[in-house]
Amino acid sequence: MRPEDILLPTAAGVCCSRGGFHIDPTRIVERALITHAHSDHARAGHGAVLATQQTLDLMRLRYGDNFAGRTQAIRYGESVRLDGVTVTFHPAGHVLGSAQIAVEANGLRIVASGDYKNVADPTCAPFALVRCDVFITEATFALPVFRHGDPAAEINKLLRSVALFPERAHLVGAYSLGKAQRLIALLRLAGYTAPIYLHGAMEKITDYYVARGIPLGELRLVRGATKADLAGAITICPPAALNDLWTRRFPEPLAAFASGWMRVRARARQQGVALPLVISDHADWDGLTATIAATGAGEIWVTHGQEDALVHWCTARGLKARPLDIVGYGDEDETDAAEATSEEPS
Amino acid sequence: MNRFAELLDCLAYEPARNAKLRLITDYFRSAGDPERGWALAALTGSLSFPHAKAGLIRSLIAERADPVLFELSYDYVGDLSETVALMWPVPSAPAGGGGNISLTAVIETLSSLGKAQLPQQLARWLDALDETGRWALIKLVTGGLRVGVSARLAKAAVAALGDKDPHDIELLWPGLAPPYRELFAWLEGRGGKPVTADVAPFRPPMLAHALEEADLAQLTAADFMAEWKWDGIRVQAVAARGSHGMIARLYSRTGEEISKGFPDLLEALHLPGAIDGELLIMREHRVQSFNVLQQRLNRKAVTPKLLAEFPAHLRAYDLLADDTEDLRDYSFAERRKRLEDFVARLNDERVDLSPLVRFSTWDELFAARKNPASAGAGEDAAAVEGVMLKRRDALYLPGRPKGPWWKWKRDPFVIDAVLMYAQRGHGKRSSYYSDYTFGVWTNGKSGDELVPVGKAYFGFTDEELLQIDRFVRRNTVDRFGPVREVVHEPDQGLVLEVAFEGLQRSTRHKSGLAMRFPRINRLRWDKPPGEADRLERLETMIARIEQGRLHEHAS
Repeated sequence: MRPEDILLPTAAGVCCSRGGFHIDPTRIVERALITHAHSDHARAGHGAVLATQQTLDLMRLRYGDNFAGRTQAIRYGESVRLDGVTVTFHPAGHVLGSAQIAVEANGLRIVASGDYKNVADPTCAPFALVRCDVFITEATFALPVFRHGDPAAEINKLLRSVALFPERAHLVGAYSLGKAQRLIALLRLAGYTAPIYLHGAMEKITDYYVARGIPLGELRLVRGATKADLAGAITICPPAALNDLWTRRFPEPLAAFASGWMRVRARARQQGVALPLVISDHADWDGLTATIAATGAGEIWVTHGQEDALVHWCTARGLKARPLDIVGYGDEDETDAAEATSEEPS
Repeated sequence: MNRFAELLDCLAYEPARNAKLRLITDYFRSAGDPERGWALAALTGSLSFPHAKAGLIRSLIAERADPVLFELSYDYVGDLSETVALMWPVPSAPAGGGGNISLTAVIETLSSLGKAQLPQQLARWLDALDETGRWALIKLVTGGLRVGVSARLAKAAVAALGDKDPHDIELLWPGLAPPYRELFAWLEGRGGKPVTADVAPFRPPMLAHALEEADLAQLTAADFMAEWKWDGIRVQAVAARGSHGMIARLYSRTGEEISKGFPDLLEALHLPGAIDGELLIMREHRVQSFNVLQQRLNRKAVTPKLLAEFPAHLRAYDLLADDTEDLRDYSFAERRKRLEDFVARLNDERVDLSPLVRFSTWDELFAARKNPASAGAGEDAAAVEGVMLKRRDALYLPGRPKGPWWKWKRDPFVIDAVLMYAQRGHGKRSSYYSDYTFGVWTNGKSGDELVPVGKAYFGFTDEELLQIDRFVRRNTVDRFGPVREVVHEPDQGLVLEVAFEGLQRSTRHKSGLAMRFPRINRLRWDKPPGEADRLERLETMIARIEQGRLHEHAS
C-alpha cells in the first residue's frame, strides 16, 4: 500500500478519501480536520470540523458561532476511527490548541504536522515527537540562514530599547493569535510588570488565552490611552498596523516586529522595522531537520515555504522527499494584514 | 566585539538621525578605552584591512556548507556577509568566549597578521561569535560598514559625550589617531583639550542665506560684490609645509577629508595656503554638469582611466590662509585680492578663479542671473546655479551669519506632472505615503500615456502631506510591496507642480531624462490630469539647456 492511498495531496490540501476528510483544506469541504486556528489553515464554512477544543473556540471567536455545520472536539493523544482510518491528535507546539494529526491505516502512519515548533512556549503545550512512516512538514523557515536563537535574548533587546528611549512608544508587531500572547508571556517571564497595551484586534483572543489560565499580567487597550500613557510603554499590534494611520496617536513610535523573518535584515528594512525581534512560532532550520530525523520517517512531504532547500537536505540524507504544491497556505505574519486593519477605527 | 556588533546592528535598523546619535553616544559612554576608540575609528572609516576580501569569506563558507544550500540562502538573503554570518555552522564543541573577543583584540591581531594566517584566524573568530558578531566582524574586515552612519555623525555623537560642538571635534580630528584616548579623556573632563599639531587643518566654512527678492530693497548694491554660484561640490583645499614636504588635503564642506579620491587635484596644491572653492569636472575648458561630477564621486577606485575621463578642477572663491598667515579677519575685498594673487602664483590649470560678476544696480545683477551666458559665464552657463552676493567688508565668519553673504539662486524649472506611484517614507514619515513618482504625457502605442519622469519626496507642507496621503489611500489601483499605484487617467488623478534645478539626458530612465533636485512646488487639485505637461516640453527644455540658452522659459 502506498502512502498516497491513505492521504492524497491535492491543490486544496491533503485529502483522505478512505476516511472521507481533508486536513486543513484551503477550500470548503464536507469534513475537515484542522491542525490549528490560523486563518490559512482554518477556514470557515466546512460541513463538519474535527479539532482540539481550543482550536474550535478560537475559530468561533474569529468567525462567529456558525463557522461550521457541526464540530467535534478531540483531546491530545485521543484517537478517532473514521471509516477504517485512525486519526490521533498530538501537540504541535505552534500556538494554543495546535495539533499534529497522525493518520493510520494498514499499519502505515502518516503525520501531518501543520505548523510546529520544537522549542518551549509558555502559552501552549510542547511539541510531541511522533514516530511515523511519512512526515508532512512545513518549510516556512527551511533555509540554513534561519536559526531563531533564544527568544529571551530578543525580549532583552526590546527591554533595553525601552530603557534607552523612555519617551518613545514601542510598537511591537505580532500576529494576533499566538505570537502576541507568547510575546506578552515572555515579557512577564523577563520580569517586566508594567501594563502592556493592546491593539483592539487582539483583545478577544488575548482574553481567551487569559481565560484558559495563561497569566499575562496587566493589559490595557490603546483605545482610550493618552500619548503620555503610551510613551515608554510597550504596545502589541498586528504587523500591518505598524505602517497604518493608527500609529499616529503614538509619541515618536519605534517599530518592532516579532517574527522569524526578522533574521534577514532586508526583510526588516522593507517593512520599516527599527527593532527586529527574532521570535518565531515555526521551527527554524535546525528544528526542522532535527525533527525530520527524529520521526524516523523514510518519506518526507514538504509544504509551504522553502521546499527546495528542505527537499535537497532530505535527498542528500537518503530520504525520499517531495514538495506538495498546496495553494493557499501562507505565513501568518504576512497574511495578517487583511484581518488586522479594519477592526479598530483610527 | 559583542557590544560593538550590537551597536552596528541597532544602527543598521534605525532610520532617525537623532536616535542613531543617541545609540552611538550611549555606546561611547558605556564602552571603555581603547574599545570605543577603535569603534570610533571603524565608524569614521579610519581603518582598512587590505587582505580581507569578499572572496576570502566565500571560500571560508564553501569549506563549511553544502553549495546548493548556500546558493539558495544567498539568493534569498541577497548579501554575502549576512548570508555567511547567518549560516556559519556553529561547531559542535563551541570554542566559546565569543563575548570575550574584544574589538581591540580583533584590530590588533589583524594589524600584525600575515596574509597566509588570515583565513584561519577569521574562521576561529567566526566559530566563537554569534550571528550578529559574525556579521559585524565580516563587515568590519571587508570594509564598508554601511549602517547609515557618516563620519560626521559619529563625530557628532562623540561630541555629545562631552557636550561639545561637533565642530570642535572636526577641527581636532586631523591631529588625532585611533584609539583616541586623549579625545575621550578631554570629553569626559579627565584631561585637557588635545592640541592639534596639524598644519593643514579644516577651517569651519562660512555659509550664505538664501535671498528673497524682497531683501534687495534693504541692501545697497555698492556694498556688495557678486560671483557665480557653481553647481559642483563646495570644498576646502589646504596645503602646508610638513616635516616631510608639502602636505595637501581636500575637505568636504562638512570637514570630511576626501583627499583620497582626488590625487589629480592634490598635485596642483603646491603652494601653502587654504582655498575655499568649488570642485568641478572640466573637459576642454568647459565645466561639466553635476551629473558628470557625480559619476566621479560615486566611484570607489580611482583609476588612471577615471582621472583622465573626469579631470577634477578647483574653482576658487576665497582664500582663508596664505602660507601660515590667517586671512579670515580681512575683508572679502582684501581676501579677493590676495586670492587673485595666490591663484596667479599657483599657476596651475587645475585651479582657477571664480570670476566676479560686474554690476552696479540690482537690475543689472538680476539680468545677469537670468542669463549668465551673456553676463560672462559664457559656455559654462549651464553649470551656474545662481549668483552669490558678498559684502565687500565681510570677514570670513564660520557658520551662517545673516547679512554678509547671500545666495540668489536662479528660478527653478517648473512643470505640471501627474502623480503615478506613491511609496511610504521612513522614520517619522513611515506611516505616510511621502515618496512620489510622477509622469508627463507622451504618445504611446494606444494614444496618450503617462511616462514617469522623476521622483520627489519633499517640498510639500505637513498639511499637504496629509492631503496627498489621504488621496493615495483612497485612490490606490494596485500595490507592489510598499509601493501603491494611484489612479492616473486624463480625468482622474492628482496634478503636482514640480520644481527642479536642471535636466539631463539619461539612459537609466524610460523617459530618457533625469531631473536635478525635483520637489513638489504646489498641488494642483484644480487641474485635470489631461492638462498636465507633455514630454515634448521637457525635451525642448533640454535642447535649450544644451544650446546654453538657459531659462528662457522662466520669464
